[in-house]
Amino acid sequence: MSCALLLLLMSWALAMRTGAAVEIQRPRGVPLSKRQFYEENKPFTCLDGFSTISFDRVNDDYCDCRDGSDEPGTAACPNGSFHCTNAGFRPAFIPSSRINDGICDCCDTTDEYNSGATCQNTCREMGRKERESLQIMAEITKEGFMLKQQLIHEAKRGQEDKQGKLTELQGSKKDLEEKVEALRTVKETAEDPEKEAKERHLKAWGEQKELIRMEKDKTRMAEAFLELDDDADGYVSVAELQSHLELDPDSDGSLTETETQGLLGGADKVDTSTFETVWSGIKDKYLSEGQSDPPAPVETPQEEETRDFVSDHYPEDYAGEEEDVEEDEEDDDHEEEEEEEKVPPTVQTPEKRADDEVSMPPYDTETQSLIDAAQKARDDFDEVERALREVDDQMKNLEKEIGFDFGPSAEFAYLYSQCYELSTSEYIYRLCPFNRVSQKPKFGGSETNLGLWGQWAGPEDSLYSVMKYDHGQGCWQGPNRSTTVKLTCGKETVVTSTSEPSRCEYLMEFTTPAVCQEPASLDEVLQGHTEL
Amino acid sequence: MVLARMGPLLVLWLAVFLSGTWAVDRGNFKTCDQCAFCKRQRALKPGQSLYRALLETLELTNTKLTLQLINDNNKVRLLLELYRLQGNMTRVKINELKPLKPRFEVPDVLINDPPTEPLSLLSQDENGVVLSLGADSQRLIVSAKPFRLDIMEGREVLLSLNSRGLLAFEHLRIRKDTQVDPEGAEKKEETDAANEPAEGETAKEDGMWEETFKSHTDNKPNGPSSISLDFSLPGVEHVYGIPEHADSLKLKTTDGGDPYRLFNLDVFQYELFNPMALYGAIPVMLSHSAQRTMGIFWLNAAETWVDISSNTAGKTVLGQMLDYVQGSSETPQTDVRWISESGIIDVFIMLGPTPTDVFSQYASLTGTQAFPPLSALAYHQCRWNYNDQEDVAAVDQGFDEHDIPYDFIWLDIEHTDGKRYFTWDPHKFPQPKDMLQGLIDKRRKMVAIVDPHIKVDSSYKIHNEIRSKGFYVKNKDGGDYEGWCWPGNSGYPDFTNPEMRAWWASMFAYDQYEGSMENMYTWNDMNEPSVFNGPEVTMHKDALHGTWENRDLHNLYGLYVQMATAEGLIERSGGVERPFVLTRAFFAGSQRYGAVWTGDNTADWDHLKISIPMCLSLGLVGVSFCGADVGGFFKSPSTELLVRWYQTGAYQPFFRAHAHLDTPRREPWLFGPENTALIREAVRQRYALLPYWYQLFYHAHHSGQPVMRPLWVEYTQDTATFSVDDQFLLGRDLLVHPVTEEGAKGVTAYLPGKGEVWFDVHTFQKHNGAQNLYIPVTISSIPVFQRGGSIIPRKARVRRSSSCMEHDPYTLFVALSPKRFAQGELYIDDGHTFNFDKQKQFIHRRLSFANNALSSRNLAPGSQFITPSWIEKIVILGASKPSKATLKTPDGKESLLEFEFDASMSVLTLRKPGVNAGVDWTVVLQ
Repeated sequence: MSCALLLLLMSWALAMRTGAAVEIQRPRGVPLSKRQFYEENKPFTCLDGFSTISFDRVNDDYCDCRDGSDEPGTAACPNGSFHCTNAGFRPAFIPSSRINDGICDCCDTTDEYNSGATCQNTCREMGRKERESLQIMAEITKEGFMLKQQLIHEAKRGQEDKQGKLTELQGSKKDLEEKVEALRTVKETAEDPEKEAKERHLKAWGEQKELIRMEKDKTRMAEAFLELDDDADGYVSVAELQSHLELDPDSDGSLTETETQGLLGGADKVDTSTFETVWSGIKDKYLSEGQSDPPAPVETPQEEETRDFVSDHYPEDYAGEEEDVEEDEEDDDHEEEEEEEKVPPTVQTPEKRADDEVSMPPYDTETQSLIDAAQKARDDFDEVERALREVDDQMKNLEKEIGFDFGPSAEFAYLYSQCYELSTSEYIYRLCPFNRVSQKPKFGGSETNLGLWGQWAGPEDSLYSVMKYDHGQGCWQGPNRSTTVKLTCGKETVVTSTSEPSRCEYLMEFTTPAVCQEPASLDEVLQGHTEL
Repeated sequence: MVLARMGPLLVLWLAVFLSGTWAVDRGNFKTCDQCAFCKRQRALKPGQSLYRALLETLELTNTKLTLQLINDNNKVRLLLELYRLQGNMTRVKINELKPLKPRFEVPDVLINDPPTEPLSLLSQDENGVVLSLGADSQRLIVSAKPFRLDIMEGREVLLSLNSRGLLAFEHLRIRKDTQVDPEGAEKKEETDAANEPAEGETAKEDGMWEETFKSHTDNKPNGPSSISLDFSLPGVEHVYGIPEHADSLKLKTTDGGDPYRLFNLDVFQYELFNPMALYGAIPVMLSHSAQRTMGIFWLNAAETWVDISSNTAGKTVLGQMLDYVQGSSETPQTDVRWISESGIIDVFIMLGPTPTDVFSQYASLTGTQAFPPLSALAYHQCRWNYNDQEDVAAVDQGFDEHDIPYDFIWLDIEHTDGKRYFTWDPHKFPQPKDMLQGLIDKRRKMVAIVDPHIKVDSSYKIHNEIRSKGFYVKNKDGGDYEGWCWPGNSGYPDFTNPEMRAWWASMFAYDQYEGSMENMYTWNDMNEPSVFNGPEVTMHKDALHGTWENRDLHNLYGLYVQMATAEGLIERSGGVERPFVLTRAFFAGSQRYGAVWTGDNTADWDHLKISIPMCLSLGLVGVSFCGADVGGFFKSPSTELLVRWYQTGAYQPFFRAHAHLDTPRREPWLFGPENTALIREAVRQRYALLPYWYQLFYHAHHSGQPVMRPLWVEYTQDTATFSVDDQFLLGRDLLVHPVTEEGAKGVTAYLPGKGEVWFDVHTFQKHNGAQNLYIPVTISSIPVFQRGGSIIPRKARVRRSSSCMEHDPYTLFVALSPKRFAQGELYIDDGHTFNFDKQKQFIHRRLSFANNALSSRNLAPGSQFITPSWIEKIVILGASKPSKATLKTPDGKESLLEFEFDASMSVLTLRKPGVNAGVDWTVVLQ
């Protein structure tokens, strides 16, 4: 049996540090650390302690131990593992199923001792390459880490700046709030006399209008008397009035004598002076014999004045507010506050009314100066209030930015509001950290959203090594697009690759100094990878 | 970008075929009623046959009997030819005596002109003739009026033809509305029979000269040409076969529904449990009763429909028992009717009488399963698509990192340069040879897809050559037929043309197929052929293959594609290496060229279940190398379903995971360490059992016995097995009952065989046969049992690919019968060349345990092969404890073997016999 030859073939290990060759005998595939369990010519107890076999059954190409520990150097046990020393490179364990399978797994070729596979010892070469790449990596890490410190510093300063700005804004907000309050008082103080003066003016105008109205009424009464007094006897009689069916008090279609008498205050007829009393009772219904339409309802002067007031002032106010509309939409509070002032225009247009009615006389100088003063106070108030809103907005943005998780030392803060692109043969990919990922075809076509900022999604021990963007554009019969961004240490901040490993699930590789870890010294790195 | 990247064509296709739903759009496919010839034929009801045999025309030669038949309605004469074939078969051919033009006879399916045996005339009178079929007092009775054939054994009728009078032959004719029909004058006076509908006005309605389905018009310059024949099977209640259908193993009766349809179609998201046509067609039906197994092979490649009815169907078990008790029962009988659109009637009646006989008989006609390279029986990792070389390398690495073996990684259509097959996407696969070399270094392989539709593109070499050589299928007007498929506008090479096939094969030469290497094999998909904008998503029936219409040979196209491809892979190696080609479309004989899979299935539990009857049905008719996409192609499986599918697939012949482009990735390690471990274990069980799989395939290749078998094939008398299709046998010796229910806590397996025992292969627990056994299961359970009386070789050292295990030692599992007997085999060769065949380089040994001795002796003395593999361990199940075990080798040496005995399970393990696997040896227990 050729496998008999394998018995106790011993492997050699080179102690590379000293450069001196030191022979350490142990069964094939056993790591130095377990050498003591394999003592030649003494019964071997399986490492799980389950059974004990004679030493010639160690590496005899038959699996005796449940845990596979009797065959570290053959493929006999399904659960065995083989140790390659890999002098010059990194030692490794491989599953024992890879021993003599015709594939060179250990760079020192020790796994293929009986398969006919021609393996080259590549450990030194690999070691050299690894050292080189480790060196390069170490340099990158070193430089990256320095850059990271800078980033942290900048972020800290940026954070401080922002915090300072915020504090500053808080200060100015407070000032502005006070100012708003002060100006509100000024405004209200100025508006009181303005209101009084306006009311006065209106009242005077109202009285004047009332006089005119009364005169008009008297004229109408005289005309009605003449009209009713058919026989021109200087009296209006029951018979004369009875033809005016519109005056029927119970609206039953007939005006009886009694009813008519009632209208005439119980008299059969009245003269001019008594008619004055009768007139006031019937004038609202009375139809002139020459006119068939009912008279337009008489409006009270009060209503008229209110409308005029609005029509006088509304356009100005409205024009003033228009510029602020967009801002207001973002800020409901403001909108509500100003709701009162923004009375929507009435249906009737002021111009038309002006034709019918006597227009209001201009304000007197005194009133006008009060109005001017109040308007100025309003303007001042509005301006400060607008400034306050701006400050509020700025604070919100700042607070949002400060609230982002930019890493333990805010080292990722510099990525905020930046975008990085990678162009492939078909698409331009765009990563805007903490915002979104997108893809745009190079040769026309619209941009596709590959995901919006979700969260940090690295494993527990390195949360900040992976970003997750999700809820992108939906896929046909599939999920919404999402992108995983893997961050690796690099001097530059660049998107290095993109792929779509699974339909609509994108993977992006991104280098940034912000993930560079503090480099161990190169010696430490190499030492950690070399067994003696 | 999903749709944008799939290209506008796919969008169109999706729009047409998806309609936003996740199920087959049945409206895209014809029912019998929508298919003119099927409707015409089905209108003919059972009754007295229209045909009469003209006994005066009888001629009997050494090889055959010929006899004319006449349809008394239209006076058209048919020619009947009867052959008695070697191996207990009868061939019945019926053609028009004088057809207007030749009718299509299927070429290239039979492996030779079947050798005949003389028929002898036993008696003859005016009613008919009686012929002897040789041994077993089998006779063939030809009755003249009405015409019918009966095959009898003793006093028992085994099978009758035309006993229900459904023989119908639409003779070729000249179109009446354009030219005078020479028979027209006579016919006017005749009453029109159901199968001879009036022409002219009604012809259009009957679809005899033209037929429209959806927006497609089928022009039929040859007019009606369909054929039909009925078969009656007295005593038969179970019929099987005629794949491919997503239906139960036991075929159902088709009364009141559509017949089973055989017409190769690309059915998007097929539904289960119905008789709709799928990707492949094998017109072979098996009948089985406790007395006899027979087969009917209807050699016709045109669209075919099969009606099945039964006089016991619909009767309850109680009803049947009452019939029995009251003695009023008629004999159970199954009636079958075949209808084909064109060609001739050419039927092979395989008379069994055992299932093994039927398999051999069918194999003698159409050949056996191609013997695949051993690695093709291992695990295949596929996905639409592995995106680029880096992706391939990463997946390859993933298998090593997770210590899961695999042999093949597959590339779907996206690997090509714009769906131009034989090319590579220059960006994603710039260095295919580097990639393939990387796989060679790991002793692994690749399959790259090559579909038969060829992009019409004047800058594409393959297209230009096919066009300039005139190799494309032609449309009815003589121009190159074009249709839409993955690349957009495509041509379809005429694979029925042997010159075309030879040219196609030459394209696989290493210097023609750039970037290909010896570890790259081929997958032929879409070879029904799929034509996205064609009628029923396939080729127009009036398209021309030389002088024949696609109508005549439609179901053959896919076979030819795989044939030419396999030939190419053989040629490129100078005839040395066995090919591996997977096909989706197939026909009778396709087993000679490689593997098939059940097409685009769906990730749901019912599709997992149906994979069993679908592959069992294929195995019964020659195609052993069958599998279903593990995990399901469409949609995304739950983790439990994926694990269960791996566990099932590990015990089915073709073991490949595959996934649709739109599904999330599902490599085995993406579902957490526990599920990775479960999948790893399932795959490892497959690898450990590869010696047995290989041996089963050797037998399938050698003698046509199916690898995956229904229970009734081995337990022919046990009626309880006749309808079982949720479990199966591998060879004779392993019984597998996969867990295919979500959340299963247990399964009930039927262990057949009165007086037999079965051993759980995992626990070695012994169970008695002829019982329903409830087996509690966990997510790690794969219920598999080894038959007491068998010996199964395994390789316990599972490595990262099957090639890595080539020289590893064997462990023999000897499961003793209650009589303390067991028998098995061991087959070994180089695993990949034809040397086993051409130079008899193989080892084939008989392993037997009897009289407390296990021995290995040579089964193939003429062969020779040297293996370094040795016998590592012998595990004897159901053993008693010996006092000593002695190994005797041919050199006369004797040595004592150490052993362990587990009394609780009666398992004896012999430690390290160490003897070479190729030599004689004996182990004696005392």
